[in-house]
Amino acid sequence: MTEPVVVLENVDKIFGEGAADQVHALKEINLQIEQNDFISLIGPSGCGKSTLLRVVGDLIQPSSGGAVINGKSARQARLDQDYGIVFQAATLYDWRTVAKNVQLPLELMQFSRSEKDRRTQAMLELVELTDFAAHYPWQLSGGMQQRVAIARALSFEPSILLMDEPFGALDEMTRERLNLELLNIWRKTDTTVLFVTHSITEAVFLSTRVIVMSARPGRITADIAIDLPQPRNSETRSNVRFFELETEVRNALRISEGGQAASRAPA
Amino acid sequence: MSESRQRIWAPVLILVALVILWETLVTAFNIQQFLLPKPSAILGNLAQVVVHGGTASTGESAAELSLGNRFFVVLPGGLTPEIEENLQNARWVEFPFGARSVSVVRGSNLTPILAASWFTLKEALGGMAMGTLAGVAVALATTRWTASREALLPFAIAANSMPIIAFAPIMNNWFGIDNPFSKMAIVTVMIFFPIMINTLRGLISVDSRSLELMRSYAASDTEILFKLRIPNALPSLFSGLKVAGALAMIGAIVGEYFGGPRIALGVFITQEAALFRFASAWAAIIVACLIGITIYLVILLAERLALPWHPTFRA
Ligand SMILES: Nc1ncnc2c1ncn2[C@@H]1O[C@H](COP(=O)(O)OP(=O)(O)OP(=O)(O)O)[C@@H](O)[C@H]1O
Ligand SMILES: [Mg+2]
Repeated sequence: MTEPVVVLENVDKIFGEGAADQVHALKEINLQIEQNDFISLIGPSGCGKSTLLRVVGDLIQPSSGGAVINGKSARQARLDQDYGIVFQAATLYDWRTVAKNVQLPLELMQFSRSEKDRRTQAMLELVELTDFAAHYPWQLSGGMQQRVAIARALSFEPSILLMDEPFGALDEMTRERLNLELLNIWRKTDTTVLFVTHSITEAVFLSTRVIVMSARPGRITADIAIDLPQPRNSETRSNVRFFELETEVRNALRISEGGQAASRAPA
Repeated sequence: MSESRQRIWAPVLILVALVILWETLVTAFNIQQFLLPKPSAILGNLAQVVVHGGTASTGESAAELSLGNRFFVVLPGGLTPEIEENLQNARWVEFPFGARSVSVVRGSNLTPILAASWFTLKEALGGMAMGTLAGVAVALATTRWTASREALLPFAIAANSMPIIAFAPIMNNWFGIDNPFSKMAIVTVMIFFPIMINTLRGLISVDSRSLELMRSYAASDTEILFKLRIPNALPSLFSGLKVAGALAMIGAIVGEYFGGPRIALGVFITQEAALFRFASAWAAIIVACLIGITIYLVILLAERLALPWHPTFRA
C-alpha cells in the first residue's frame, strides 16, 4: 500500500502581526493527496490557494499544523527536489534565453549535457516555442512566458507538480491543448498534481478531485471526487456526468461565497 | 536607421555651434586669453598646421627647423630639447595641396599632453581596477554574511558622503608624491563606495519569486549567488562603473594638483596655468575631458556586450 503523497494536518497560516493587519489565510486545513491524484483547488480570489500551495512546497511555514510529503517533512521533500512549481507569475530569469530558462533546474540537478539538450528540446516542442529558444523573456508575450515556466517545471519530471493558475494567461485553444498534454504527462509518469485554477470547466476536466475553498479565513468547504472515466479527451466534455459535476462544483463555490457573505453580515 | 543617425548628428551639430559661438564671443568682446582662450588657440596647441615651402605664417617669433627636405615651424616657446626630440619622432601626414605639400605637425604640446594623459590614465585605470575589485569583493562578502551587512552599511553610507578627495594630500604623503600609487589609492577609495553600494543593491534586491524558484529546486547558496544574484547585480554594477569612470579621472587629476611628477596631467595643467600658458592648460583639460568620455563609452560598450538580454538595448 503506497502512503499518501501529501498529508496536511490542521494547517493554519496567519499573516501579519497585530490584530489590525492580521490575515487568516488558512484555517484548519486537513488534506490528504494520494499518489497519482490530480487535485484542483478552486475558490474566490484571496482565499488562500497560493498560500496552500506554498505551504506544501515548503516556501512558507504554516503558523501551526504540519505537512508530511512523501513520508517526510516538506523541507526534506524540497531538498530532495520533489517539487516542480509553476508560479502564478512566470518568474523567468531576464538574463537567460528561453532555452536556458527551461534548462535552469536541469543545470541545478546535474543532468548530463546531452540529456539537458534533449529534454529542453522536447519541452520547447511541447509548449510550441522551439522557434523562440534563443529569445529573451522580454521578447515574449505574457502567455508565451507562462509556457516557458510550464516547460521549466515539467523538464525534470518532479514527483509533485504544484501549479498556480498555469494556464490563466493563455488563449482557449492553447489552454485546451496544454490541458491534454498535461494529462498525458501526468498519466505517463508517477506525478501527483496540485493545480490552482479559476475555471470550473478546467478543474472538472483535469482532476480526480476538486477542492473548493472559501475566503477569510481560508477553509476547505467541499471536496468533490471527479469520477469521469480516464483517459479524458474531447469526448469527456460532452459526457452528461461532466455537466453534473460542473454544476456540483459551481454550487459548492456559490455556497462557499454565500457563507462568506453570511458570516460577514453579523460582524 | 535615420533615427540613430540623427542621435549622433544632433549632439555633434550642437557641439560645433557652441564652439563657433565661443570663438565669436571671445573675439567680439575681446576677452583676455587668461580668462578664456579661443577654441582655435586651444586646438592650435594640439595640432599645428605647418605650411611647407617657406610661407610659414604661424607666429612671428617662430623658430624654423629643417629636417631632411621638409620645413617645420615651431611656435612660441622656442626649441627645447624635449620638443626637438618630439620633432624627430613626429609622424607626418602630407596633403598634396597645389604645387607644394602641407605637413601636419603633431604639435609641440600634443606630445607632452598625450604623454601626461597616458600617465594619468594609468593611475585612473589602476585605481578603478583596485576599487572595483574591492567594492565587488566586499559586496559579495556582505551578501553571504547578512550580519556584517547590517553592521557595515551605515558606515558605507556615511563614508559615501565624505569628500574623499580631501584625503589626497594625505595619500601623497603616505605613498610618496611621485609614486603613481598615491593617486591610485585616492581613486580606489573614491570609487569603492559607489561600486560597493550599487553591486550590493543588485545582489540583495532579488525578486522574491525568483528566490523561491531557486529554493524550490533546493539550490545551494553558492548556486543562488552565481545563477541569480550575480546576474541580477550586473546592471547595477555597470551603473556603479559609469559613476566610477567619471570619478576616476577626477580623482587622479585632482590628486596630482596636490603634487606629482612632472609628467602627470594634473601637474601639467597647474604648471601651464602658473606660467600663463592658458591655451595649453585648456588643451590639457580638453584632452582630460575626452579621456573621461572615452572611459564612459568603453563602459557603455562593455555593458552592451555583457548584458545583451537587457531590455534597454531593445533593437
Ligand atoms: N506574504 C504575505 N504577507 C501577508 N499577507 C499575505 C501574504 N501572502 C498572501 N497573503 C494574504 O493571504 C490571503 C490569501 O492569499 P493567496 O495569495 O493565497 O490567495 P489566492 O487564493 O491565491 O488568490 P488569487 O486567486 O487572487 O491568486 C490574501 O488575503 C493575502 O492578502
Ligand atoms: Mg494565487
